[in-house]
Amino acid sequence: MTKKIADFTLIGKQDFGRSVLLQLRTERSLPEISPGQFVQVRVDCSPSTYLRRPISIHDVDIRQNEITLLVQQVGEGTRHLAAAEIGDTINMVLPLGNGFTLPDKGEKVALVGGGIGIAPLYYFAKVLNTKDIRPYLILGGKTKNDLLRLADYQQLGETYVTTEDGSLGEKGFVTMQSVWQQQNFDKIYVCGPKPMMKAVAKLAAEKDVWCEVSLENLMACGLGACLCCVEDTVDGNVCVCKEGPVFNTRRLKW
Amino acid sequence: MTIDLGRGLVLRNPVMTASGTFGYGEEYTDFVDLSQLGGIIVKGTTLHPREGNPYPRMAETPSGMLNCVGLQNKGVQYFIDTIYPRIKDFDTNVLLNLSGSTLEDYVKGAEMVDTLDKIPAIELNVSCPNVKQGGMAFGVTTTGISQVVSEVRKVYHKHLMVKLSPNVTNIAEIALAAEAAGADSVSLINTLMGMAIDAEKRKPKLSVITGGLSGACVKPVALRMVWQVANAVKIPVVGLGGISSATDAVEFMLAGASAIEIGTANFIDPAVSAKVVWGINEYCERHGFQKVTELIGALET
Repeated sequence: MTKKIADFTLIGKQDFGRSVLLQLRTERSLPEISPGQFVQVRVDCSPSTYLRRPISIHDVDIRQNEITLLVQQVGEGTRHLAAAEIGDTINMVLPLGNGFTLPDKGEKVALVGGGIGIAPLYYFAKVLNTKDIRPYLILGGKTKNDLLRLADYQQLGETYVTTEDGSLGEKGFVTMQSVWQQQNFDKIYVCGPKPMMKAVAKLAAEKDVWCEVSLENLMACGLGACLCCVEDTVDGNVCVCKEGPVFNTRRLKW
Repeated sequence: MTIDLGRGLVLRNPVMTASGTFGYGEEYTDFVDLSQLGGIIVKGTTLHPREGNPYPRMAETPSGMLNCVGLQNKGVQYFIDTIYPRIKDFDTNVLLNLSGSTLEDYVKGAEMVDTLDKIPAIELNVSCPNVKQGGMAFGVTTTGISQVVSEVRKVYHKHLMVKLSPNVTNIAEIALAAEAAGADSVSLINTLMGMAIDAEKRKPKLSVITGGLSGACVKPVALRMVWQVANAVKIPVVGLGGISSATDAVEFMLAGASAIEIGTANFIDPAVSAKVVWGINEYCERHGFQKVTELIGALET
């Protein structure tokens, strides 16, 4: 898959408080993009935001050369991105890493997202729908405010929600959702905070179910050159940016 | 644009990519036509495989970054068997950055690399700040550098470039010792030792607490050291440290560098190296230089 450096124009923006949805279009044709891949966004190269920021791909419209990012403001770089205005140019390197392994036809799959980790699952669920797979979406947040675009997710699959404060859906963590008692899945895909992914990976292992997780280790290059973003695996330290960000949990030393 | 660094190492232009920032070149072929570069210096390699340091290995700092990768690599034999066949036919100079913990490791590694037809030079890394033993230890004293360079020189017959550490009191003395011991060129600077702390958590940001600082923030230090070394030695000097534009590259050449390396800037703009080549050309045309070599040490003081 060819990687590109491209300028995008911000053509749409939706504010969700701490997070923001950025709709970006480029003049050049987009390369093929798999769900679970990510982009490296150039912020402004100011002293405090010197490096690019790795951000998961929330949605793709290949015909319109459009990419959508769902960005949570966690530091100065993401705050700067969230402040972008319609018409601004944003430079990205894409697509990076390897996406989720597509399930086989007829398999029952669960996409499990926690917090802003729900972001890449949207495009994934959309692609699964085109392959006649309607996934179960198990989404969790601290409060109902973390469950962004819930109505849109509900269009793509059977959606089950948990919140830590009980403000929406069942109270607790995603691993406590009652859907786990009712359904047996063939494949489980997870994106969220590391403790949450570890908990789901443990649940999957107990049920002996195939499981992939998407990691977000701190990285510099995003291309497998600097070797900063390594994760400890059965094959030693490997780069999350190049060999991941999606890993089968059997490969991880969790 | 040709630069002859001696003992068979001829660059088609003065721009190379720095070790540890460009992988094995393969990671960047979507962005850069490697035949446009003077050379690429591949990831630091040691005789035996190394797992490197634990995560986290990186911290962003004002206009730069710290890393403590710790020379993760699969060893010289793996390089020869697996990586070399894939990259040997790149239409550019492929230099291997060789590191070690003991004198014997350096010598054995250099002997093995000497047999590789398509590797015209070693960049001898005596300046990695991120490994506990050896590495930088050889590069911070004149006796250490004399010893490692003269021993490697005995077994390595092609161009021997020695990468110097900035973590020393007098870098010119170290460079002179490398020259006297048989180095064909010196490259500088490797990263500056640094540290970052997360105040909220009261913890270091790097797994091994300290790391090497690189990026635009180190440029003034690098430029000063290149100037000092170029004024001290007769062998060519290769300048690096925070170069992210053609103007930066020209500044290093004016300070006395015969060639330059681009490092951390590759992370921010993967196509920057080719842009710097183009920009140096443009500078020469604009200022009426017939050859890029006319820039070397042309600083007017």
